[in-house]
Parts: sequence; structure tokens; C-alpha cells
Amino acid sequence: MSSSVTVQSRRRLRSRVAVDLALLAVAAGFVIPLLWLLLAAFDARAGASVSWPHPWTLANFNAVLTYDTTYRPMMNGAILCGGGTLVTVVASVLAAYPLSRYEFRAKRPFLLTILFATGLPITAIMVPVYGLFVQVNLIDTLSGAILFMATTALPISIWLTKNFMDGVPVELEQAAWTDGASAMQGLRSIVLPLMWPGLAVVTIYTFIGLWGNFFVPFVLLSSNDRLPASVSIYTFFGQYGQIVYGQLAAYSMLYSLPAVLLYLVLSRRLGGAFSFGGAVKG
Amino acid sequence: MTVSTAQAPGAAPRLRRGLLQGLPLGPAVVLLGVFLAGPILYCIYSAFTDMALTGAAGAHFVGLDNFREAFSSGEFRQSLLYTLIFTIVSAVIGQNVLGMLLALLMRSGSAVVRALVSSIVVGAWVMPEVVAGYLWSAFLGNDGSLNHILGLFSVPGQNWLFSVPILAVSLANIWRGTAFSMLVYSAALSEVPKEIEEAATVDGAGTLQRLWSVTLPMIRRTVTTNLMLITLQTLSVFGLIWTMTRGGPSNRSQTLPLFAYQQAFQLSQLGYGTALALVLLAIGGVFSLVYLRALRLEDRR
Repeated sequence: MSSSVTVQSRRRLRSRVAVDLALLAVAAGFVIPLLWLLLAAFDARAGASVSWPHPWTLANFNAVLTYDTTYRPMMNGAILCGGGTLVTVVASVLAAYPLSRYEFRAKRPFLLTILFATGLPITAIMVPVYGLFVQVNLIDTLSGAILFMATTALPISIWLTKNFMDGVPVELEQAAWTDGASAMQGLRSIVLPLMWPGLAVVTIYTFIGLWGNFFVPFVLLSSNDRLPASVSIYTFFGQYGQIVYGQLAAYSMLYSLPAVLLYLVLSRRLGGAFSFGGAVKG
Repeated sequence: MTVSTAQAPGAAPRLRRGLLQGLPLGPAVVLLGVFLAGPILYCIYSAFTDMALTGAAGAHFVGLDNFREAFSSGEFRQSLLYTLIFTIVSAVIGQNVLGMLLALLMRSGSAVVRALVSSIVVGAWVMPEVVAGYLWSAFLGNDGSLNHILGLFSVPGQNWLFSVPILAVSLANIWRGTAFSMLVYSAALSEVPKEIEEAATVDGAGTLQRLWSVTLPMIRRTVTTNLMLITLQTLSVFGLIWTMTRGGPSNRSQTLPLFAYQQAFQLSQLGYGTALALVLLAIGGVFSLVYLRALRLEDRR
């Protein structure tokens, strides 16, 4: 009896080790480019290949931490993505409310359109958007870029917000309605406080998405003093022949940092289970 | 006034209440209408004109000329082919299968390994696409890490961005996107009741058999939705390819977004560029219709 238990537990242990090894093998394939980023940033003579820095130095950071190279693009990125996120989240909360609480005939087609639009290749409409922005004088303005970026994030954001809002029971609001509260009061004082973890997910997810967006600001903005970090990294490193790898890595690290930190906040808040997976059930 | 008298009493207040209830949709509908639907309609219109970047006033209706020109051009057919290769290799096969594999393995790995692996894979996903592009150009270049690793096994090095550009950018896209599928599938698998899988094991099903006939069917809706999302995301990848190869060498990694960008902005052929963009939109539409149809068939079962 006891021997059969040990055989079984040994077999289980063996299969766990096999699974762990398989997982580590995949991770090894994934980690090398990241490792290069970490090491090259601190190596003044970094090349394209992974190598241990000797000596470790902050020279690369000193070189890129200037107003024109880092601070201004970061600031522009913060304005652009912060503004875009704000517009997106406000518009999605408002739009999600009727979609979550009322039944109306256009609801299903509207939701299907939203789902369809989440995957719309934004790249495809950049040409006409460029034409539109030239005609209405929004080209190369931060406000125009903010509005457009907010719109690109809107479909997925509405979809996620509606799913999170569906999780708040409507009975709680009905009590408030009988006390004479309006729908918007109910939204503000009952629904939003109850769905703030979901709202945090939408906010952070939207911001990370916009922060990484290259093509939209690349097409819509042209003045150097308005470019966000995503585009300036390209104009700084991509266009002048010989690449200084160490500085590229240092700058990439600085530029990626906000996205990484926000993701950590996001996953910590949700106890690891990134619950937007629940929203992808369709 | 005439409308309200023609309708039954009570219809007007009901209509007003309906409008009031729908009012919060306003900002979203306006933004989507102006910046998304507007450009798409404009896209459809200008694809049938000979509009150029410099003289928008002199646009003439040219019917299907742009499309005829596109489909008869070898460069276009080539970029169409590369778009399909890129999408199928990196999204439908790469991200999807690898993400599922990781999600399945994660369930029975030990906690430490699980945390380590998922932070590395998610770390790749959190990187902005331009950074991912630079990391992979460094990794695959002449002096890159890959050649150094291959050198240890005395495999001759090469610049992978030149020898197999479309595979190089596909690989980078798999690296960048796998975490998304992994997270989605992990969430879905965590909702599969343990009892059902255990029952299958008790009935004598092997691991693969249980996976194929019990676990996967239970999350098939998630698989379909995830496939739709990653396919559409991959169709519109621009920054990653642009930073790695700019579509080269000699257009051998030029997918449709890059081709349309080149035609519209670098060669100022707005009409032709938007016709290409329209083809891209249509491909995205076809893919989504297939997936949505699969979902609807699921609903009926």
C-alpha cells in the first residue's frame, strides 16, 4: 500500500520536473533579448550581443538623460497618453452604463460593432486620418493626436468596462433609484466604487497600449518638440547610421520603465490573475 | 410635432426616456464616428480616386483603377503573401500554440518556475513594440547573440534580418505577443472544473486524450475569440517591422501596412495607398467574419 503511494508520488514528481524543464527551456528562448537590454544599458562598450559589462557604468544613462533626448519626449508621451487615457476611460464608463444596464434594440449590433472595431487594423486608416487632420488643421497638434489615440483605444476599453460593470449587481442601484437618485448618481456613488479594480485594469491597460503606440504619433505629429518617446527613439537611433548600442539599450530601458511599473501595479492589485482574460470569452 | 401626433399616446415620453437613457453613449459614439467611421468611409471613397498628397483638390473618380493596378502589380501580390505568412506563422501558429502550451504547462509546473517563466514572457509583452524591434534587430544581426550562440555549436553565422527577413520579424512578433494568449488561456483553463478532468482520468483517458477531448472543447469559445483578436492585431503590426527591417531587404518583409505607408506617404499616392489600406481592412473583415461565424455556430449548439 505504502509502496504504491511512493511510486505514484515519485511519478508525479518526475512529471513535474519534466514540466519545469520544458517551461525553463521556453523561458530561456524568451530571456536573451531582455538580458541584452539589462546588460548593454550598463556597458559603455556594448555590442549587439549579450556580454557581461566590465566595468558596470552609468555612462549610457548620462549620455541619453538630456532634455532633448529623454525628458521632453517622456513629458510629451505622458501628456499624450495620459490625456488619451483620460478621454478613453471617461467615454467608456459613460458608454458602458447604458450597455450594461438597459435593454434596447440597437444594443446587440452596437456591441458586435464594438467587438469588431477592437481588432480593426488602425494602421489601415492612418492614411485617411492623415488627410482628415490636414484638412481640419489638427495635424501636428497634441490635442488632435490625443483625441485620435483615445478613439483607437475606445472599442476594447468599452468592451472591458461593460464586462466589469456587468459584475456589479443592479439591485444595489435599484435601492438608490427608489430613494430618488438618478442613473448618473447611481453610477458615480454605487457602480464606480464597486468596480474600481476593473476600472484600474482598463486605465492601466489603455495607458500601456498608448505608451507603446508608435505608428499613430509617427504619422500625426512631425515637430521634434511634440514627439513622444516612442517616436523619438526611432528618430534618435534609427536614422543616423552607426547605432550606439549601449545608449539605445539605456534609452529603451527608460522608455519601457513606465509600462513595466504600471503592469506590476496591475498584476499586484489583481493578485496575479489578470482578469481581463475573463473579458475575452466573447 | 406631426410625428408625435401620428404616434400612439405615450410614445413621445417613451422616446424621450429612451434618448435620455442612451445619452451617455454620446461621447463614445461621437469619437468613434468622427475618428473611426469617418476615416473608413473616406477611405472607401478615396480608394476610387487618383488623389495625391500634394493636390487633394484635383482628385478624379477613377473607378476600380487603383485596385486593378494593385492586383496586377507583383509588388502588391508579394506584400499580400508576406502579410499572410506573417499573420499565420506569428499569430495563428506561433502565439496561439505557444501561448496554449505555456498555459497548459503552467498548470502543473512548480510555483517558483511558474513565477519566473511568466514574468519573463510577460516582460517581453510589456516592452513597447519599437523597443522589441530594436532588441530583435540586435539579437538577430551579424554580431548578435544568436550568431554567438550558434558559433558555440560551430554553425556559421549570418545576418538573419537579411537572409530570412519575414521569419525574423515573425519570430519577434511571437516573442512579443505570446504572453497575451498565455494570459487569456490561463484564465480560461482556471475556470475548467477540476472534477471533469479528474473524472476523465479515472475513466482511463491519457493526458493528451483528456486534453483533446475534454479540456480544449471546454474553452473553445475562448480559443476562437483569442484567435480573432491576435489575428487582427498582427495584421496591423507596423512599428515592429519598420524598426527591424523597414520592409526590406528588397521588400522581402514588406507587409501590407508598410506597403500602403510607402505608397501613400513616401510616394504621395494617397488614392493608391488608401486602396491598399482598404484591402487590408477587407482582409481583417474576412478573418473576423469567419471567427464571429464560428462563435455564432457555437451559440446555436
